[in-house]
Amino acid sequence: MALFEEIAAEPSEPVPVRRVTISVNGERRTADVEPRLLLAHLLRQGLRLTGTHIGCDTTNCGACTVLFDGKPVKSCTMLAVQADGHEITTVEGLGGASELHPVQEAFKDEHGLQCGFCTPGMMLAAKALLDEVPDPTEDEVRWALSGNVCRCTGYQNIVKSVLSAAQKLQGQSAADGS
Amino acid sequence: MYPSRFRYEAPHSIEEAVGLLQAGDGEAKVLAGGQSLVPLIKLRFASPELLVDINDLPGLAYHRADPDGTIRVGALCRHADLEGSALLADRQPTMAAAAPMVADPIVRNRGTLVGSLCHADPQGDWAAVVTALGGHVVAQGPGGRRTIPIGKFVNGPFQNALAYDEIAVEAVIPAPGGTPAGGYLKLERRVGDFATAGAAVAVETSGDLVTRAGIALTGVGGSTIDAAEAAQVLVGRPLGAEVIAEAADLAARAAQPKSDHRGSAKYKRHLVHTFVERILTRVGDTTERAA
Repeated sequence: MALFEEIAAEPSEPVPVRRVTISVNGERRTADVEPRLLLAHLLRQGLRLTGTHIGCDTTNCGACTVLFDGKPVKSCTMLAVQADGHEITTVEGLGGASELHPVQEAFKDEHGLQCGFCTPGMMLAAKALLDEVPDPTEDEVRWALSGNVCRCTGYQNIVKSVLSAAQKLQGQSAADGS
Repeated sequence: MYPSRFRYEAPHSIEEAVGLLQAGDGEAKVLAGGQSLVPLIKLRFASPELLVDINDLPGLAYHRADPDGTIRVGALCRHADLEGSALLADRQPTMAAAAPMVADPIVRNRGTLVGSLCHADPQGDWAAVVTALGGHVVAQGPGGRRTIPIGKFVNGPFQNALAYDEIAVEAVIPAPGGTPAGGYLKLERRVGDFATAGAAVAVETSGDLVTRAGIALTGVGGSTIDAAEAAQVLVGRPLGAEVIAEAADLAARAAQPKSDHRGSAKYKRHLVHTFVERILTRVGDTTERAA
């Protein structure tokens, strides 16, 4: 006879969940989530999109930046339920290894990353800036990225990368004749 | 970090939201931009039983001017909307100066002015700005709406005058009697940090005389500081160097700073003096040129 037998915990009260449908990188995703689940955790653990990083947990660092209906937000400071019916773009939605987005290409070419931890957030904040201001000044780039912290302090090359991405994107739209 | 468990409702009308707060019996919190509340619940400084998310309420994202010049800011107007506002750039220089200095650009996409007033952080920018402008907050509860002057609305550090079943639906800046001028200056160690010190200055001028003035201070006391005495010396006089120095002295004296890692109390008082003097001198130069 076993000396002890593990007894399953008493079923506690059912945990209330809400069904959310979110467009993530253009794909419709549906999930049942607890209201207290943060958007960053849904993306990383629920949807396995681990390109969204969590750095500070106090809304300072910007590593968890994603685009919410096209605008950068800190996904550690939003509840997943709040994204119901909205569009989220993560770094995975910018481009993959085989086909980089011009912003990603520029970060690669201009050495815009060292450890890479802040890079997804930096690139999404940069993309949002370039969507609104296609030809920003260096000052505008610095202010637009001022909510994102680089722990390697590699800011010079990050700014260079964004300015280079602006040129790439402008060249592209000129070539498209748009 | 995970918040403790709470219930979540996203109502579609203010009445429905008020009903939820009433049923919440003091254990419910309103969620608007969430840029202060979500960190608080993650760090478990706050553990509300119910979050009433008002982001789906229609018709609250506005900021606009009435025909008489009164400016109204709805509960879902984000800092970023005010930062890019042509209306404020044109008509309300103190607010226009403050908007790009709130938190950081990503936080500004979500956070709201009205939420910042409700949060009542002594380091919050908008409470100082609205105090300098003599504004008020419109609250809606089960019995209808009431208007609360900002000095009564923010009634302590992280405290406001709302009843548990009231929602702050709008901030109101009264119509100016003269030409509005002013500014907002603050020092922070880096973008998004709490202010070392900040000063909001709002004056109205007629000809070269000041007809109304308000000065309020950020981050130099247990609550937003209304430096009314400093503002009062400006009224009825032209903005000359002497009266500006007098107002800056009084504002620095009204500050109640504490020495901490951001600077000594003496340094913070010096900042307040410098900011008030700088803003008023700039306004004075402009008024002189116009007169």
